[in-house]
Amino acid sequence: MASLDDESMRSIYRTMVLIAACDDGLRSAISAGTVTLAYYSPRGQEAVAAGFGAALGPDDYLVTTYRGLHDHIAKGVPLRPLLAEMLGRAAGTGKGKGGPMHVVWPDAGLMLTTGVVGSGLPIACGLAWAAQREDRRDATARVALVSFGDGATNIGAFHEACNLAAVWRLPLVLLCQNNRYGEHTAFAHHQRTERVSDRAAAYAMPGLTVDGNDPLAVHAAVTEAADRARAGDGPTLIEAVTYRLYGHVFGDRMAYVPPDELDAAWRQEPVARFRSHLLDTGVLSEDAAHLVEQECAGLVADTLEEVLALPEPDPHELLTDVVASTGG
Amino acid sequence: MADAPAAKGTRGTAEVGEVREVREVSVRGAITRALDEALGADERVVLLGEDITDPGGGVFGVTKGLSTKYGSDRVRDTPISEQAIVGAAVGAALGGLRPVAELMFMDFLGLALDQLANHAAKLRYMSGGRTPVPMVLRTAVGGGLGVGAQHSQMLEAWLTHVPGLKVVVPSTASDARGLLHACMADDDPCVFIEQVPLLARRGLIDDTPLSLGTADIKRPGADVTVITYGRQVHEALAAAESLAAGGPDVEVLDLRSLSPLDTEAVLESVGRTRRCVVFHEAVVTGGFGAEMAALISEALFGRLLAPVLRVGAVPTPLPYAKSLEALALPGTERLLAAIGHLASYGG
Repeated sequence: MASLDDESMRSIYRTMVLIAACDDGLRSAISAGTVTLAYYSPRGQEAVAAGFGAALGPDDYLVTTYRGLHDHIAKGVPLRPLLAEMLGRAAGTGKGKGGPMHVVWPDAGLMLTTGVVGSGLPIACGLAWAAQREDRRDATARVALVSFGDGATNIGAFHEACNLAAVWRLPLVLLCQNNRYGEHTAFAHHQRTERVSDRAAAYAMPGLTVDGNDPLAVHAAVTEAADRARAGDGPTLIEAVTYRLYGHVFGDRMAYVPPDELDAAWRQEPVARFRSHLLDTGVLSEDAAHLVEQECAGLVADTLEEVLALPEPDPHELLTDVVASTGG
Repeated sequence: MADAPAAKGTRGTAEVGEVREVREVSVRGAITRALDEALGADERVVLLGEDITDPGGGVFGVTKGLSTKYGSDRVRDTPISEQAIVGAAVGAALGGLRPVAELMFMDFLGLALDQLANHAAKLRYMSGGRTPVPMVLRTAVGGGLGVGAQHSQMLEAWLTHVPGLKVVVPSTASDARGLLHACMADDDPCVFIEQVPLLARRGLIDDTPLSLGTADIKRPGADVTVITYGRQVHEALAAAESLAAGGPDVEVLDLRSLSPLDTEAVLESVGRTRRCVVFHEAVVTGGFGAEMAALISEALFGRLLAPVLRVGAVPTPLPYAKSLEALALPGTERLLAAIGHLASYGG
């Protein structure tokens, strides 16, 4: 995109590489038996996260869902507390009490990760309302972005939230990461609409579908939607079409996925695709790309090793943070 | 949220020390006043719910006048979307506001329970304290009004079962104002239950700030403790008065907040009277009375002169016909029978 300079594109690439490296590190550790967790791999969806992450400011709110590692990294959650939370360590974002499905990092605007499909949408409306009430205007105004899957667009919370956001003209970007499956059910079997974005018409809000494996397309769409929201012109529903390359949860044998479809999806894998694009356009050299990849792999390996050595929460943390008076 | 405003009445006469202004208002008026005071004191306070703006001010008129005074940006109507209402309140709280949401009837809790139980209640804990949810959910209960099984349920036991939620049921105008202020000042999600037949009941307002988790002895007594809350407090007081001449001397303990619970006050009272009946509008089975009975039995087993009894609604959906509704809901008659039974145990 014309609006993005080379440095920003290299930064987006690094984010994508870091996400993929983190995913690789976690899957390897689970396979090796080093760690145990229910892990929802975002592999294949790196471009969506890196694209919207680059389009938002650190003050902007993010609400995401249990398949959220890519979103967390792209929004700027530091790797150490993020991985520590995933491994149930005291140094985690939630002291190890939330787990991978409940990462938050308000310093980066990440206000909620929910383990319940669709439930983040109404909460994102509330955050957008709080942003709307702030005394900030135009470019400095804060927006909220809520990230969810195609499966979430069939639950009541989605519809209630879309409607409320439209009626209240909330500064909200509704970003559907259409990875083609709701748990184990293919898109065509869980809704009649051809595109999730078609649903925007029902709420009289703009809706558009973009290539979710192209971070520049996602970046452009989110930038435009966020600008609209900052200007007071209300919410936008963006559908970023992508693919979930490792199935629903770690260990998923993906028996419900036609092999041809999966092969085709791997051929569209976004990290390699964006790498080629940057090399072809001269934004990145082979050496520089290699350097970024080495750096991210090393960072993930080092952080995982460091976090593995960290302690689990102290027993007294069992009873803290239940309510304000129980301390924390 | 600011603390409850300080007493505005006459204070500190020379001879008798502090004298607080007392004014008689309805429970409805007391709630409206608390909301008005909070909106006036703190820009972060916002209200949302179905039909809460003027001219109606909510189906029961509790928010009447507030949208006119503070604007429909701060006192906002919503579509009929309970999940969005409660969810938006959660998000607004995360974003630094102090939202007070209205759920028209408590029976609609099921439509919003995910937001309340999975999110409002848990976000503080799951984030290690990073994301507290200071919000209030006000909700009405229509038991006794003849509005049938889907507009009448006291479902407080659903909520007290969820760690992280606070549950408050006022019985008087003064308590309603004080407790609602306490909820709005609290840094955790609070559910404030308004029983509709209570809204018109008038009483004097005492400006002394209240805190959550403090029960109140509404009538002292020596022989039997009636543990109750909400509008049943008044039925318990009537029952106690009817026994005043010669019958057992009944203490009426108004819990006011079920979570946090004033365990100390419960055990102190029952430890003294050694006989106890828990009296609530909700269905007995699995109700809050069961929690009370277990708590008391565990702490005072050897001290009790009689088993802890429970009086509440019969385990049916609430019937419509007035005669049947009256039979289903607990009243002074069943309470008196329970007290009589307790008194039959020696001591």
